[in-house]
Amino acid sequence: MNLFSHPRAKWIGVALIAIALIGLPFALSSVGTAWVRIANLAILFVFLSLGLNIVVGFAGLLDLGYIAFYAVGAYAYALLASPHFDLHLPFWVILPIGALVACLFGILLGTPTLKLRGDYLAIVTLGFGEIVRIFLNNLSQPINITNGPQGISRIDPFSFGSFSFSQNETIGGIMFSGPIKYYYILLALLLLAIVVNLRLQHSRIGRAWEAIREDEVAARAMGIDTTRIKLLAFAMGASFGGIAGGMFAAIQGFISPESFVLVESIMVLSMVVLGGMGNVWGVVLGAVLLSFVPELLRYTVEPLQKYIFGRSIIEPEVIRMLLFGLALVLMMLYRPAGLLPSAVRKRELAKDAE
Amino acid sequence: MKRRGFSLAIFAAIAALTLTGCGEEKKPEPVAAAAPPPPPAPMVVKIGHVGPLTGGIAHLGKDNENGARLAVEEANATGLKLGGKSVKLELITEDDQADPKVGTTVAQKLVDAKVAGVVGHLNSGVTIPASSIYNQAGIPMVSGSATNPQLTEQGFKNVFRVVGRDDQQGPAIASYLASEVKPKTVAVIDDATAYGEGLANEVEKTLKAAGVKVLPREKGTDKTADFKAILTKLKGKKPDAVFYGGMDATGGPLMKQGRELGIKAVFAFGDGACTDKMQELAGNSAEGLLCSQAGLPVQAANKKFLNAYKAKFNIDPILYAPFTYDAANLLIESMKKADSADPAKYLPELAKISYDGASGKIEFDDKGDRKDAEMTIFTMKGGKIEPIAIIKGGKTIKFEDFIKAAEAATPAEAPKAAAEPMKAEEPVKK
Amino acid sequence: MDIFLQQVINGLTLGSVYAIVALGYTMVYGIIQLINFAHGEVVMLGAMVAFSVIGALAGTTLPPLVIVLAGVLAAIPACMLVGYAMERVAYRPLRGAPRLAPLITAIGISIILQHVAMLVWSRSPLAFPQIIPLVRFYIGGAIITGVQIAIILTSFMMMGALTLLVYRTKLGIAMRATSQNPHVAGLMGIDIDRIISFTFIVGAALAAVAGVMVGTYYGIAHYSMGSLLGMKAFSAAVLGGIGNLAGAMLGGILLGVVEALGAGYIGDLTNNVFGSNYQDVFAFMVLIAVLVFRPSGLLGERVGDRA
Repeated sequence: MNLFSHPRAKWIGVALIAIALIGLPFALSSVGTAWVRIANLAILFVFLSLGLNIVVGFAGLLDLGYIAFYAVGAYAYALLASPHFDLHLPFWVILPIGALVACLFGILLGTPTLKLRGDYLAIVTLGFGEIVRIFLNNLSQPINITNGPQGISRIDPFSFGSFSFSQNETIGGIMFSGPIKYYYILLALLLLAIVVNLRLQHSRIGRAWEAIREDEVAARAMGIDTTRIKLLAFAMGASFGGIAGGMFAAIQGFISPESFVLVESIMVLSMVVLGGMGNVWGVVLGAVLLSFVPELLRYTVEPLQKYIFGRSIIEPEVIRMLLFGLALVLMMLYRPAGLLPSAVRKRELAKDAE
Repeated sequence: MKRRGFSLAIFAAIAALTLTGCGEEKKPEPVAAAAPPPPPAPMVVKIGHVGPLTGGIAHLGKDNENGARLAVEEANATGLKLGGKSVKLELITEDDQADPKVGTTVAQKLVDAKVAGVVGHLNSGVTIPASSIYNQAGIPMVSGSATNPQLTEQGFKNVFRVVGRDDQQGPAIASYLASEVKPKTVAVIDDATAYGEGLANEVEKTLKAAGVKVLPREKGTDKTADFKAILTKLKGKKPDAVFYGGMDATGGPLMKQGRELGIKAVFAFGDGACTDKMQELAGNSAEGLLCSQAGLPVQAANKKFLNAYKAKFNIDPILYAPFTYDAANLLIESMKKADSADPAKYLPELAKISYDGASGKIEFDDKGDRKDAEMTIFTMKGGKIEPIAIIKGGKTIKFEDFIKAAEAATPAEAPKAAAEPMKAEEPVKK
Repeated sequence: MDIFLQQVINGLTLGSVYAIVALGYTMVYGIIQLINFAHGEVVMLGAMVAFSVIGALAGTTLPPLVIVLAGVLAAIPACMLVGYAMERVAYRPLRGAPRLAPLITAIGISIILQHVAMLVWSRSPLAFPQIIPLVRFYIGGAIITGVQIAIILTSFMMMGALTLLVYRTKLGIAMRATSQNPHVAGLMGIDIDRIISFTFIVGAALAAVAGVMVGTYYGIAHYSMGSLLGMKAFSAAVLGGIGNLAGAMLGGILLGVVEALGAGYIGDLTNNVFGSNYQDVFAFMVLIAVLVFRPSGLLGERVGDRA
């Protein structure tokens, strides 16, 4: 919101960023289309982190099963747009459905558990994430709904009529590859999500979440219907996960339950924590940074190890996970508000330090 | 005002980050294949290989890569000419970490690098999403180890595999079980993974067709250590045989616990648990287990390949190396036939190829699956798995007979190697 | 009937392992109201260390019991050290910080321990050397192995010893005082930091033993074995009433039996709509049901008021 309030300087900055973002995929694809794909995955993770941020950052509820909503969204998309049930609904119909279904799951999880205190909630959500995955893995019988561990393949890509987002196309003399087209639609949805998040944070609801996060008892005393507001956080966060899941299914064209394991939940949590819980821009930064870590490692640590030891001793995947773990611990110990702390968090931590 | 500073800083950071990433990418970027070469230097044709080079099955990924590498280097050594120009093949390897997300990214990298063909991937779950990227780019892809039927059911014209499908392997072990063990009741368990469940489904189908009673499916997970509850339940139903679709890490404990509970049934497994590790995990309980592998056993691969592999890498091939070796050779062979490395030109040649490879004769059906792929049945004997039978075209052939027949058929190929005792070639399975 | 009995025996064995791990959770929780997410990883480390030692000694002529004992004796101090370090590095600095903070560090520590273990012992599972001869005893048609008897006996002995420690020693009194009210306990001259460290160390020692038990029982140990086990043990602790020692034991054993019977009979009861494939779900279902209907657990006192 503040971003758009100052007239000139702001707009120049916004314009510069806009040009950079629009030009980015072409710059990337001149190096390799693979980088556009990596950027697309990064956008998906930003999306997920924003959703989790609503639950963890705004409302202060630690959700360790967040990936379940992503899974629900992905499966909703896959079931409604693949040969599995021979349904081929257009994506603009399914994405909202996915969001809605994920939202319902959010409420389903929230209703019995929100009375619990923070750490119980964490472990119950963790269990919930596992339950969803186990069900997805096993609902191939007695009726075949999810096709079990075999996963669902040949999922439709996004398309408007005959304009498919997965095909390469030349428009006005410029070659748009599939990933570049996806990049733009993902970016558009992401910007929308960021605006929604910024608005949400400063709305009545956003302030109510903040109040609950700071002191639930006091919030209740002030007349906030805490259960309803917390439920709302779960539902909102879950819908973001659902949309991200739908996009993931469309881009990948194939999903199976093994893409939705606990590690993914923890990855998203690390992004939120690293960037700064409760701060939208911080979360964006955290998600982007951590999404590119594996690629950075591939070009730095890997050759370095080969150069020094002649072979790779520590795999990049392990380094990545160790970095996530360390990020969680070190951030909490030394910079609990994240790289870009939210204003309230700063105040709160200053108070705690007294 | 401050907020703008923040957001600008973020995007500056993002931009900087992506740019550094790009900068590093540029260095390894090789010369484009399409560039017309100066007369003396040979034209470079790139062949991609993908498999997990890190992670839990990195050793199998490396084995696959070695197979492909051997084929490429042999072709380079003999000299290759396409369209009148001499050609140097270059193997570009990528690591998919056995993760579907990484798989699509590295697939795109290979497409970006303009490879003429791809050997890989290893896991079905990674190969399926990646195959659509190759399909769009029109690049032929031959997997030496992805066994999930769905891969070739997608209708992609450029997707092939030289290894048998799960629905070929499942029936093989099941029919061996039905004909040799003659059970009345069989219990089928799987590990709820794509591989384990897929295989178990096929086994169940075949057994039922053979008139064997199959108990309701039981499931563990790929991390389950405690099978006692399941096994106890099964014990009450007194099956004559137990089939488990899963890997050795869970299959070993399963078999050990089964014997502890006093279950006397024959235990049978798919290729995931067809390793010497079973002995390590289940001890003496593993003795006598039956298991199957898609394709011919490494021991039965042609001797010329085995010796060349051993000479080059100083180890024995582990599992799928003969198949990736064949996969790479198939690409090269069809390029030769089409006299071009242009995927569009040599793809039709690949589809109708007939080739004598390290893993036997290879022809593709119209889906891109290998026609009449062989399956091998092993048993655990004295702590080692040993091949006992080959199943081909629904017929069971004893392993000794098969080897004899194979040696008789190709005496010219490697007369010296054939004289060596079989044992010497036995690979160390890990 | 013998099948039912067999399932109960399976469940009891599994349950006694859960109980020992659950004790670790419940003790730490009782004292500083923290769910030590990384506790499952300590169990894993215990199993891995013990396996390494046992594997190294397996070739010698020592009797199997001595070898296993050596494994346990190596695992216990190693785990104690990890438990102590964990508390010092990741939890102590955050005492008094917002609730979320120590939970997040706990997850971080858990990831780090898992991947360090992967680096040290590789990803492939370690196999327990085949040194213990299989001894079977028959009870009414059901089989109980020597290892199972040893596991059940050891866990009951450890529960007894822990109860004595907490209720009959000075240290135990100090622990209980700290859990009642750390500030007042501090005023009474109890070194709170030392007591909390001690609690972590005892919990880790129990975890080490549990790790050896579970590893020996199944004959396999790997870097990721701790997380699911930890989750289930935590569920057991909640089921019994977290913070309550007897509750953890009861909860552990109950959960073990529920899992075994569930996996054994749910298929027949639901006409195979549900089957053993949902085995891992039972623990979480129990957890959610308990938290919703009786948050204090079976034996616990009220806990729900700390928001």
